Amino acid sequence: MGDVSAPSPVEVEPTLDDLTEESFLVRPATPWVTIVWNDPVNLMSYVTYVFQQHFGYPRKKAEKLMMEVHEDGRSVVSSGSREEMERDVQAMHEYGLWATMQREDQP
Amino acid sequence: MGAFQRHRRSGAVIATFSGFEADLLRSLASQLVELLHSEAAVPEDRDPFEALMDFTGPTTEPEDPVLRRLFPTAYVDDEEAAAEFRRFTEGTLRDGKARAAGTIIDVLEDAGLPAELTEDGLVIDVEMDQPTAQTWLRSFTDLRLALATRLGIEDGDEERWYALPDDDPRSQAHDIYEWVGYLQETLVGALSR
Repeated sequence: MGDVSAPSPVEVEPTLDDLTEESFLVRPATPWVTIVWNDPVNLMSYVTYVFQQHFGYPRKKAEKLMMEVHEDGRSVVSSGSREEMERDVQAMHEYGLWATMQREDQP
Repeated sequence: MGAFQRHRRSGAVIATFSGFEADLLRSLASQLVELLHSEAAVPEDRDPFEALMDFTGPTTEPEDPVLRRLFPTAYVDDEEAAAEFRRFTEGTLRDGKARAAGTIIDVLEDAGLPAELTEDGLVIDVEMDQPTAQTWLRSFTDLRLALATRLGIEDGDEERWYALPDDDPRSQAHDIYEWVGYLQETLVGALSR
């Protein structure tokens, strides 16, 4: 299930180089996000169900995201690497939700 | 008839349809399968050898508005990335959606829906395990998206549909759209328990 990814901790003995250099190893690249857009067709109960099923989100969180889609017209439903977001978008399309992806800092 | 329920002991998802309802669902599912196969997923007007050697999918949006809704553009501001995404996903998605609609047809026919509905008063009892019910759930979405796109459904436009005369074909299509929505609502309920 597509957990929201966080940079995995890299365990290395800290050396002087690591400490002086900016630690690129633990700094994540600009993450990508999956956005689900409102449509006049999909049932609120179904959208909530999909968020629970695919992302493994608890019901409360799934409902909150569904309400964002419903009221704001869109909601960021997951974030992570580009590859992970492509999998999420494909899964949303499989479920019939209207999803797109972009870099997190993109307006 | 037609509401889905979860069988308390077995966990199976069950529903009872009239022959007419089952036949209608089969007809909708068949039309969806046909539509999914109607526009070649790969453009046809190119060198036959090149086409044979290319196992990937299409790179541009489908022409049919229903297919455009079923296979949305994944990258809004990046045409190249959107084309690549489509190339690698649309074929798989089309096959999955066609298989899901096929599952509806198979389950109804296994439950006793004859190829030609002639008998009055036929009752079709369906019983499904959860993965099969989830496949129906997804396919109901595709059917509703297809009907809604053809009808031009918009947010909060219910009054417009109810104002149509009963014999208007759009009114009948809208009734069917609402009925599938009702079925889907009860199916989400049965699966969420």
